[in-house]
Amino acid sequence: MTPSGPHPHALEAVNLTKIYGAGNTEVVAMKDASLRLERGEVIALLGPSGAGKSTFLTSVGLINPPTSGSIIIGGVTIMDGPRPLVDLRAFRRRHLGFVFQKANLIPFLNAAENVAVALQVNDTPPADARRRAMELLDYLGVADRANNLPEELSGGQQQRVAVARALANQPNLILADEPTAALDRHRGRQVMELFRKVAHERGSAVMVVTHDHRSLDVFDRTYKMEDGRLMPTDATPAS
Amino acid sequence: MNLAAKDIRHNFGRFILTAIGIGLLLMIVLGMSGIYRGMIDDALVVVDRIGADLWVVQRGTRGPFAEISRVPANLEHRLRAVPGVASSRAFVSHNVQREHRGRPLRMNVHGLAWPEDQGEWVRLVAGRPLGQAHYEMIADASLGLALGDQLSLGKDSYTVVGVSRGMVSSAGDGIAFFTLQDALSIQFDLPGEALRLERAARVERGSGLEATLEQPRLLERGAGLSSGIPALGPPMVSAVVVRVFQGADPAAVAATIATWPDVSVYTRAGQEQLLVYGMIDKARRQIGLFRVLLVIISTIIMSLILYTLTLDKIHDIALLKLIGARNTMIVGLILQQALLLGALGFGLAWLIGGWVFPRFPRRVLVTADDLQALALVVVAISVFASLLGIWKAMRVEPNKVLS
Repeated sequence: MTPSGPHPHALEAVNLTKIYGAGNTEVVAMKDASLRLERGEVIALLGPSGAGKSTFLTSVGLINPPTSGSIIIGGVTIMDGPRPLVDLRAFRRRHLGFVFQKANLIPFLNAAENVAVALQVNDTPPADARRRAMELLDYLGVADRANNLPEELSGGQQQRVAVARALANQPNLILADEPTAALDRHRGRQVMELFRKVAHERGSAVMVVTHDHRSLDVFDRTYKMEDGRLMPTDATPAS
Repeated sequence: MNLAAKDIRHNFGRFILTAIGIGLLLMIVLGMSGIYRGMIDDALVVVDRIGADLWVVQRGTRGPFAEISRVPANLEHRLRAVPGVASSRAFVSHNVQREHRGRPLRMNVHGLAWPEDQGEWVRLVAGRPLGQAHYEMIADASLGLALGDQLSLGKDSYTVVGVSRGMVSSAGDGIAFFTLQDALSIQFDLPGEALRLERAARVERGSGLEATLEQPRLLERGAGLSSGIPALGPPMVSAVVVRVFQGADPAAVAATIATWPDVSVYTRAGQEQLLVYGMIDKARRQIGLFRVLLVIISTIIMSLILYTLTLDKIHDIALLKLIGARNTMIVGLILQQALLLGALGFGLAWLIGGWVFPRFPRRVLVTADDLQALALVVVAISVFASLLGIWKAMRVEPNKVLS
């Protein structure tokens, strides 16, 4: 199923709960987490390690199904409880982009190919994929490194290529999990500003899980997670 | 974009080294198959090329290649009288081992019924067939003799007038062809002293007999050549080979000869069966089983190699799944590499084998059929070996990227 036309809500997460294990070993990693993210909006998700940030991100990223709750992306209900209502891999291919702490580039593909592969898995013809990859690398300021392998790029350049790959299929939603953790302050700031630019100029919604409080000014809103509960940063945790 | 090709280019050195390893393994499989074929071909080369329809041997024996067979040389005349027989000739085969230029020289001596059979059917690569009744020989190249070489056997010296290739016995010894008389001379050569003692013994045995007292010339003959004593009979040969008239049924002719109580008769197919399923049967089966074992080992090793190659890419495969790559793309990555590795290994096996096999002491016969069969086996091994890697890749969760 494909979202029909631009829907104002890029993401709606409703009462997402994730429980690992059962009985004595049961761990509640996420409890009734709800969030609505508009198109063109960039938000930060803060919180200490183990608070459930990554669980929330991977749940809405359709790679770690929630135990209960609903996920609606672009107006389409994707998950209602743990069972998917669509082909998750195909949906990810068309509508989601991912950026991680490590750039996770494929080591045997050069920068342009790393971007193009995301287009080719979505059935874009090779020549068009190459052209669009070059456009994205140019947009992100790394076109001059298009033919370099990941090992020949700096950490910041690698992360820019990863952002280009996430943007390749013009996704509704980009999910970033601590994308600046391996970068210095300056380059970390650059990447955060890049997300803002992408969100505002291209209309994708961006959710960034981060520990970096120095760049919070680039986000439209900030949320925090504590003990598996999601709330705006100015809210007080419920007891 | 072909991910398999990109990965190979990135890890080219490792890929080539792996392919060489697989190539050497496949070369051994090919070599085993070649030794197997060579053994059968060597065993059948004389039977196939001599052009005989029937082999007549000593009663109860399995022929000159399987065991000792002795029939009188004049059997060939008797056989010519059988309806349907076009020609018959004596056949002698025995092994000798001598010293030549300081090295042991082991050969299989074949006697040709000169002048009817001069060895035209022998695979000559140099020289000519036998041109005279005595003192000439055709030697297989594996014996290390060259045209014009002289070889002393018994009391005589023989000149190499022809060199053959691929004419070896089932034991792998090179065959040397002589005229029948020369082959018998070599077989029954005795030192002068032994001959003198034998003649003296004959005179001693006959001296008390009434017949020699009445006919003293009998005793004089006993002191002479064995061939001059009719009572001792004609020389013995290994077999007599028979050719039937065109249109005649060899089985029917064989049935007639089989009624004789002093000989056994085999068709060419029967003789081949005796060789393949009798003489070289155990060696043939041993090599056959070893070949099967090698194919299994190759499959296991290739599976492990491909599984390891897949494990090295497991993070990349998880990423591909995360960005939505279809399973066909991931399976293609693994399968294409497996097939390419197999194809490259096969090519290397063929190339290296082509250089190494001719240096083996025994013939390694690689036929087009065996090459095709191995190619199919390699494809099957590659596909089967990649299954383990594909299974692993299919089980990888996309969130593995996060770890």
